[in-house]
Amino acid sequence: MTAAPIDVPADAQSWLFEATDICKNFGNVQALRRATLRVAVGEVVGLVGDNGAGKSTLIKTISGVQPADSGSFAFEGREVEIHGPADAANLGLAFVYQDLALCDNLDVVANLFLGREIAGRGPFKRLKGVEMHARTRALLDSVGVRTLQSLRTEVGGLSGGQRQAIAIARAMIGEPQLLVLDEPTAALGVTQTEQVLQLIRRLKAAGHGVILISHNMADVMQVCDRVTVLHLGSNAGDFPCLPEARGDIIAAITGINAVAPEGSVA
Amino acid sequence: MTTSTRIDETVAVTTRERSTSRRAAIAVGHALTGPLRVILVLIVIATIFQSLNSNFLTAANISNLALQIVPMGIIASGVVIVLLLGEIDLSVGAMSGLCGSVMAVLAVNQGWPAPLAIAMAIVVGAALGALQGTAITFLGLPSFIVTLAGLLTWQGLHLWVLNDNGTVNITNEAITNLATLRLPNAASWLLAGMGVGGYAVQQLARMRSQNTAGVEADPSRLTVARIVGLAVAAVGVTALLISDRGVPLALVIFIGVLIALNALITASVFGRHLMAVGGGTESARRVGISVKRIIILAFSLTAALGALGGVMAAARLQAATRAAGGSDLLLLAIAAPVIAGVSLFGGRGSVWGALLGSVVIGAISNGMDLMGWEAWIKNTITGLVLFVAVALDALARQRRRRQGLV
Repeated sequence: MTAAPIDVPADAQSWLFEATDICKNFGNVQALRRATLRVAVGEVVGLVGDNGAGKSTLIKTISGVQPADSGSFAFEGREVEIHGPADAANLGLAFVYQDLALCDNLDVVANLFLGREIAGRGPFKRLKGVEMHARTRALLDSVGVRTLQSLRTEVGGLSGGQRQAIAIARAMIGEPQLLVLDEPTAALGVTQTEQVLQLIRRLKAAGHGVILISHNMADVMQVCDRVTVLHLGSNAGDFPCLPEARGDIIAAITGINAVAPEGSVA
Repeated sequence: MTTSTRIDETVAVTTRERSTSRRAAIAVGHALTGPLRVILVLIVIATIFQSLNSNFLTAANISNLALQIVPMGIIASGVVIVLLLGEIDLSVGAMSGLCGSVMAVLAVNQGWPAPLAIAMAIVVGAALGALQGTAITFLGLPSFIVTLAGLLTWQGLHLWVLNDNGTVNITNEAITNLATLRLPNAASWLLAGMGVGGYAVQQLARMRSQNTAGVEADPSRLTVARIVGLAVAAVGVTALLISDRGVPLALVIFIGVLIALNALITASVFGRHLMAVGGGTESARRVGISVKRIIILAFSLTAALGALGGVMAAARLQAATRAAGGSDLLLLAIAAPVIAGVSLFGGRGSVWGALLGSVVIGAISNGMDLMGWEAWIKNTITGLVLFVAVALDALARQRRRRQGLV
């Protein structure tokens, strides 16, 4: 009830990644109005908000899939530019999208290394299939997938949980500094959800930053350190992930007693 | 206790039976959609025409068939690339006519050396193809429309290139040799041996590195069967062609193109990304693949192969004519891979479909020519074969959906 939004210092040195004053319009629709999101090293930040609050749009500006109209990004304190997915990948940002972004006609190995294949030099860039295959097995073990009989099966034929695990394992390739998970548990059962949450804790312990987008407040409260709330495309406050803040977080999500969003239409 | 055990056993048996019948159904499905289906179709075609005309299966006729399919087959191998993207290129026929004429005019009228003229024709094709790819990606136009416009434009340029005389006769031996030269027997056997040996070495090395790395390997029986199958086919075809007039250089070029293209698609980063874009464009974009680059390169490569097909056609005809690249060439070049199971929906198929499909179409057309059938019958039958092939592709897709494979 009384837990006020916490102050997030704008100039701290320890920020791993900062997206500041991001604006994004789709025609006349202002999807993001100076939205700001920051993650520290070893911090798990929950990004929550109602449907249409701009969570996915904000993530897409960070991943470069839909570049921002204005605003700035900083990585480890340096200002950086993100114009496309390759820029984000080069910074060490990894994303697991809600729709997983898997290619159903390719097998598990091909999907895991999609876009960052292990290959020889030279103009032909010959794929090193055996090496990718061996590393796939190790990666899947690390995210707790042991139910796949063959890594040669097409991803389109796998179960929802297996596909989710493959998408997460893919994001883990190249040891990303920051992992962004968009509704990672929405399609999962109890055991698999727990595996994903466990994985997030492991990442945090290893000093990675994590952004977790979720509608599931229970998941968010379990693993997050801090919650950033979006409402109608702008920030509606940052809250500590404490049981007593839960009511305030939900109030901020729904817009009741909203902390007047900067620049919002009155 | 006993009852429940018995029930469990019953359930287990039923499940096992179901999985066996399901596996059988999958195997039949594979047979109907995979390369085996095409080979079955070929056997049927051969039986029918052989019973109608005993000249069909003679070495001389098969040798002719091998030569006839090369220009269309090379164009078809290019079409496979855009089909894998889930796109279409309707301009390849016109492109082949245009580039064949460019080569002829440069070599004959301008006196360029043959290799330079051929290279230039292919470069022109690649550049125009890249232009089409750029229009498709940057303007977001459907490839169907862009390449339809390309078809008309390249036909126009084709007529303009041939401008004065309408026909350029090619007397340059370096060019006509592409279609007429037959390899000495020793060279043919050497090439066949190198092909089979190279494949065997590559497959065995792959198996060994898989075993060393401890990853699942292809079943060794399957690998051996593949190597033996290739060896039998290579020896059979080489012996047959040698018993006639020898192995045509054109066929060697065609197969060389297919081997190179297959390596590009299955073993290179470009090929992997091509399949990814064909299977899920949005997913490919999200993981950072430059979809635009892949599409432009693919259309460029398709057009370059169309150009090479045009060069081979002109060499075979020993002339560049206004009619080159017209008629049903385009449709057959698209039909060939589709008949052999390259999906029109993208992401599935291999360049070997271009070879098998060309052989099917070539065999039907050759057989009907032998019978002296009229054009209307030929077109009707070819059309029906294409329809059945596309219908089978659609059925295979539905079957994959039912199995949850999309």
